[in-house]
Amino acid sequence: MKINEWSRHGIQALWALLTNSYLAGFLQGKIYKGNLKKICVPGLNCYSCPGAVGACPIGAIQAVVGSWNFKMAYYVIGFLIFIGAMIGRVVCGFLCPFGLIQELLHKIPFPKKIRTFYGDILLRKLKYVIFAVFVILLPLFVVDIMGQGAPYFCKLICPAGMLEGGIPLVLMNQSLQSAVGWLYAWKGVLLMITIILSMIIYRPFCKYICPLGALYSVFNPISIFRYRVDDEKCVHCGKCAQTCQMQVNPVENANHPECIRCGRCKKACPVGAISCGMRNR
Amino acid sequence: MAKIRESRWIGIVIAMLGILMMGYGICRGEVDVVLAKAVRICLECIGIG
Repeated sequence: MKINEWSRHGIQALWALLTNSYLAGFLQGKIYKGNLKKICVPGLNCYSCPGAVGACPIGAIQAVVGSWNFKMAYYVIGFLIFIGAMIGRVVCGFLCPFGLIQELLHKIPFPKKIRTFYGDILLRKLKYVIFAVFVILLPLFVVDIMGQGAPYFCKLICPAGMLEGGIPLVLMNQSLQSAVGWLYAWKGVLLMITIILSMIIYRPFCKYICPLGALYSVFNPISIFRYRVDDEKCVHCGKCAQTCQMQVNPVENANHPECIRCGRCKKACPVGAISCGMRNR
Repeated sequence: MAKIRESRWIGIVIAMLGILMMGYGICRGEVDVVLAKAVRICLECIGIG
């Protein structure tokens, strides 16, 4: 089945709505406090978003690794390994609200859209460094006198927390407004940079920064759900590589770590040589 | 190596490993830490401090 771009956005929007369905939170400036928050969502979705009904896996890893009594997040990392081994970066293409926001921003006309640039490939390794340093090492080793580490990625880098939690909660809570300082300004600047870059480059946060994408990318080549190119059908026209916004060539590697499995290549193929699924053939 | 990557079994084995890790994490109480963090406004996440 070939999936249309706007149908995919529909799925992304539906998933974003489902995982942020505590609508009362937006009206009251509060967050959901129920038991569903024991469960992680697969995509990047701040748990301080007023609508969030699940836990952000990246925030949850830092919370467990940075806690004084646990130093390894078996539950959350096990969850991400399971999702990664099942579907790989399908999560990025279909189940990440922050990915959807960047994609919609990229549809805004801009004088010059950049597909790639010198150092693009090297810069994509940055997300692995961010995962190792800000999600694991800093919360694990830079701790207070109680032995607790802060969620350094959420605190210093994540623009999703600012957009989904910081802006709505501060707008609706006077006590939070009085506590706004340099960190809020810093995260505001990062959010603005992300928004502007998203208009110019396709999903810049996902390509260069996202630690969740970094983790899922490792599983793309071995996941049960995967893409396949039929060599006998392929006419090597290059249309799949041309249409890919993540600059992946499916003919060279149909399950490249950078592929977010959006299905554009499948739709672009004139001879139907690209397929995907859980079955072997 | 390419054959190993082509096989679905590696994905199935790793998915099962993920389930085992989740189970172990749940047994030792990590879920409570996740819940405790998720039900309070994360001041670091929203840029307050």
